[in-house]
Amino acid sequence: MNREPLLQVRQLTKLHAPGKGCREVSFDLYPGEVLGIVGESGSGKSTLLSCLSARLAPDSGSILYRTDAGETVDLYQLSEARQRQLQRTEWGIVHQHARDGLRMGVSGGANIGERLMATGERHYGQLRATAARWMRDVELDVGRIDDRPTTYSGGMQQRLQIARNLVTHPRLVFMDEPTGGLDVSVQARLLDLLRQLVTELGLAVVIVTHDLAVARLLAQRLIVMRRSQVVESGLTDQVLDDPQHAYTQLLVSSVLTA
Amino acid sequence: MSAPATRAGYNFAYLDEQTKGMIRRALLKAVAIPGYQVPFGGREMPMPYGWGTGGMQVSAAIIGRDDCLKVIDQGADDTTNAVSIRAFFRDLTGVATTERTEQATLIQTRHRIPETPLHEDQILVYQVPIPEPLRFIEPSEVETRKMHALEDYGVMHIKLYEDIAQFGHIATSYAYPVRVNGRYVMDPSPIPKFDNPKMDHSPALQLFGAGREKRIYAVPPYTEVRSLDFADHPFEVQRWDQCCAICGATDSFLDEVILDDQGGHTFICSDTDYCRTRLARQEEKA
Amino acid sequence: MQTMIEVRGLTKVFTLHNQGGTQLPVFRGIDFTAKRGECTVLFGESGSGKSTLLRSLYANYLPTSGSIHVRHRGELVALSGADSQTLLQIRRETIGYVSQFLRVIPRVPTLEVVAEPLRLRGVETAQAQARAGELLERLHIPQRLWSLPPGTFSGGEQQRVNIARGFIVDYPILLLDEPTASLDRRNAATVVELIGQARDRGTAIVGIFHDSEVRDAVADRIFHVQPQAATDRMAS
Repeated sequence: MNREPLLQVRQLTKLHAPGKGCREVSFDLYPGEVLGIVGESGSGKSTLLSCLSARLAPDSGSILYRTDAGETVDLYQLSEARQRQLQRTEWGIVHQHARDGLRMGVSGGANIGERLMATGERHYGQLRATAARWMRDVELDVGRIDDRPTTYSGGMQQRLQIARNLVTHPRLVFMDEPTGGLDVSVQARLLDLLRQLVTELGLAVVIVTHDLAVARLLAQRLIVMRRSQVVESGLTDQVLDDPQHAYTQLLVSSVLTA
Repeated sequence: MSAPATRAGYNFAYLDEQTKGMIRRALLKAVAIPGYQVPFGGREMPMPYGWGTGGMQVSAAIIGRDDCLKVIDQGADDTTNAVSIRAFFRDLTGVATTERTEQATLIQTRHRIPETPLHEDQILVYQVPIPEPLRFIEPSEVETRKMHALEDYGVMHIKLYEDIAQFGHIATSYAYPVRVNGRYVMDPSPIPKFDNPKMDHSPALQLFGAGREKRIYAVPPYTEVRSLDFADHPFEVQRWDQCCAICGATDSFLDEVILDDQGGHTFICSDTDYCRTRLARQEEKA
Repeated sequence: MQTMIEVRGLTKVFTLHNQGGTQLPVFRGIDFTAKRGECTVLFGESGSGKSTLLRSLYANYLPTSGSIHVRHRGELVALSGADSQTLLQIRRETIGYVSQFLRVIPRVPTLEVVAEPLRLRGVETAQAQARAGELLERLHIPQRLWSLPPGTFSGGEQQRVNIARGFIVDYPILLLDEPTASLDRRNAATVVELIGQARDRGTAIVGIFHDSEVRDAVADRIFHVQPQAATDRMAS
């Protein structure tokens, strides 16, 4: 393919203890592509995601990122200032627990507006209009714009987190179990919303999940992790329909079907 | 003038010379990096935190025998705090003191900037309770220092945004955050935002001392100090419909004074020296 | 006639690692070619591996050995060994696949489900949905259902939605896995018609059809898939 990858991950290793973390992970991520990382708890998915999003320096290996301006940078050679700048402009990070990704002490509108203010937006009316538009886009009641997220339900908090991240039109979004802990009906709506946003905005997404159905719905490609290592990767339907590795086979055969 | 008489057994201006040297080095650094909070080895002062120990240490480190000291508390020279601090320095340095703004070379202040414009030969020392403007939203010192280092100031506007969302206008009226020299966001101490414009390009040197938190910061003379705001909600100072009931000033910061328990009240200048000077001038003319 | 799919020595064995490494051989050494403008019907008894072969052609299953080449952007490209990007591009541009069952996405309206493959190729929403509407109409899905997600539809309706989705793009290669299995005669006839039109446009079609009537109507060529060691499998 002549399109250049957005992320080039090579031999990425970060171990908290032997077998804990991620070891020698390599892959490419292309613009507009959704990559799922699946595996059981403790397999290193979240560690990998933290490393990818410049929040946890790896022990070894490299991550090359192609910026909006078209230059290719080594993430961990960048200054912390540049890393943060990427995090709040070109990237989004959606946490599993909304309170890790939201400011619970300020209103929903301010939560959405923060990244815009951080990047220099100084017009209250525009901030407000943008916040309202995003609330509608993620199906939140605009009437709740001045309420604090502590008064929102879990699903609403998650949608607020998504709006807060997407408001600066990032090109790459990292999601850690975005539907974990939500009711099934809420989960379905959120998944549909994510799918829609991904297609409309051409986002590239790295999504960590232990839910294979979520992975099938959102991801074109899958990486299966077990005990800190990638045991299998490929097109999502191929990995799930014709798993090659013993662990993937176990994972797929363990899913309950309603 | 008679030779200064200081209290026996105490060093000039209370602090020992090594401590003064340490504070002066912190001050030099603070002046070199406008708005940046410099940590310093704060000493115990003979009074509790919250009474101006930070400002006093800064004053003690820079006061000289030729200085003329003025101390104000909320604009007034005659409140307990101002009188005590003035007495303290008179006792321990023997320097001249004054209530007249234009006569003073060194002014220690709590929560006001004098109405009379300052000039180049003056130093204004602020007493600061909480030096960190980001503290309201970020409790971690490690994180706030990082935010300053990386100019990660998006959160500062959140508070102003919340004000407008809640009240329709920016309701923050004191300790109104400023950006110094286009770089550091700084808490100007709890002065009313009415005083913020006086900080901008002031000919006087402005020094800030926080005793409990042991931080010193500074605004050198003629430095840009901009109050944060929104394009469609520009920074504005307080205005009153009334004028000062004593001197008739319409351009000064007014305190509301309750006259009786029937709801009777009036407004007078918070800056006692400014009020008195105006009054004296009016009497001269009459 | 130009070769669109070329299969050489294709062997598929499922290895069940969690069943003590049990080997399930499906077929061995298949050679097969599909040509432009031709409809090839895969034929064989149940369990002979027709579906497995079809899925392998879509890179949904990985071959154990042998090779599959498909004509993509004018060149024969090997499926095995191609990176995910190439495979996704081939699926977007070259190979359409109509599976037996529609995988429903919660809450997405039928019209959007059908229009999606066109949208992914960059066609405007309005244009893609107009085309989706035409196909749904031809397949007798009443307009009042278009705005509903197909999740609650009957099996036959879901299959027709699936067919519309598969036929909306003029893929050079179209794989059909029993598209008429739960359709009435009227709709089966429409599918036969759609297949005929696609073939006339030059599409290489490979399909599985149990209904002998449909099979006879569309088949240019029949390929017999030989059940491989079915007895071995029974024994294991």
